[in-house]
Amino acid sequence: MTVRKNQATLTADEKRRFVAAVLELKHSGRYDDFVRTHNEFIMSDTDNGERTGHRSPSFLPWHRKFLLDFERALQSVDASVALPYWDWSTDRTVRASLWAPDFLGGTGRSFDGRVTDGPFAASTGDWPITVRVDGRTFLRRSLGRYARALPTRAEVDSVLAMTAYDMAPYNSASDGFRNHLEGWRGVNLHNRVHVWVGGHMATGVSPNDPVFWLHHAYVDKLWAQWQRRHPRSGYVPTGGTPDVVDLDETMKPWNDVRPADLLDHTGFYTFDT
Amino acid sequence: MPDITRRRALTAAAALAATAGAVTAVAPDALAVTRSSPDTPGTRGLPGASAATTTGREHTVPAAFDEVYRGRRIQGRPSSEGGHHHEHGGGYAVFVDGMQLHVMRNADGTWISVVSHYDPVATPHDAARAAVNELQGAALLPFPLN
Repeated sequence: MTVRKNQATLTADEKRRFVAAVLELKHSGRYDDFVRTHNEFIMSDTDNGERTGHRSPSFLPWHRKFLLDFERALQSVDASVALPYWDWSTDRTVRASLWAPDFLGGTGRSFDGRVTDGPFAASTGDWPITVRVDGRTFLRRSLGRYARALPTRAEVDSVLAMTAYDMAPYNSASDGFRNHLEGWRGVNLHNRVHVWVGGHMATGVSPNDPVFWLHHAYVDKLWAQWQRRHPRSGYVPTGGTPDVVDLDETMKPWNDVRPADLLDHTGFYTFDT
Repeated sequence: MPDITRRRALTAAAALAATAGAVTAVAPDALAVTRSSPDTPGTRGLPGASAATTTGREHTVPAAFDEVYRGRRIQGRPSSEGGHHHEHGGGYAVFVDGMQLHVMRNADGTWISVVSHYDPVATPHDAARAAVNELQGAALLPFPLN
């Protein structure tokens, strides 16, 4: 059974294996398919139209499935690898071990945002940015430069306290847990982290930065925590909602998996705590 | 008096825009009324000349704008296209140096673009400026890739 661990607790060997598996997916071309899929959904999910991956109730199950696919791809390279998660409410500075050269590398240099250390720096030749929206082919970050501080534990708790999973109109204007976690409304958790990292993470091709997976693995963990706190609150809507994925409707791009199939993560993986 | 060529005027205006963000930030609303058409001569590149007639909260289509911002031409205008590709521009098109930038309107009237997708701003004009800031001189790839 896959156990997803806090990135701060990984051993040197676990980090090395994770990085090597990511680089192998990149080398084989499989990695960029994930970037492409994400950008296609982020550009087509709209508040007043069809919406599946973002700004909608299925934001959470869609990303759970997307991460499962990526994790399974990693495990096809190295069966010992699991997705780590980044608790950004705790490891909230640029000095966190997450950003060390033996793991993801640090922030970008000031004048062009280029990441210059770690296994994903352009200078390694191992990490060309091929699915991109502009001419730049190097990984970029600007940790903490363009956003207020990362969310605090108190802010996380204020969102976990919300009883309703989601609410009409089931988009970026909604009240409820999903939209507050996603960040279009309220204290802003998930969106703010994308902006804090900056560079590619602030764009539609955000999975170009491997921290995308660690960020979303923690967002996914927060969904699991919310479920434990609110055992009588379930995914909504449960049927007949135009443009929105109801509980028992299948999700694109897979077309064979429903939110109902993804509510319980324990059939796929567990967490270290 | 020497003639000031259009290019030199644009360059000067761009330099001004690059160093005087405060000027655009405090542009009086009155300036934004009649100078919004991209076809209006004499307004390109002038800080404050672009339209900002909507607050971003109104569900009307924002007015067109056309300026040189930090040395790059940014334009926006209502568009009838949409729904053709995978993306949805919400009936409004934005261009950076003539290349279309994917933008999207949120339910609350705020805007995002593909290069600043998690950080809503008040108007498509603000989204265009945010894109120029993010691009740091890089060229956009052709729409709808971006």
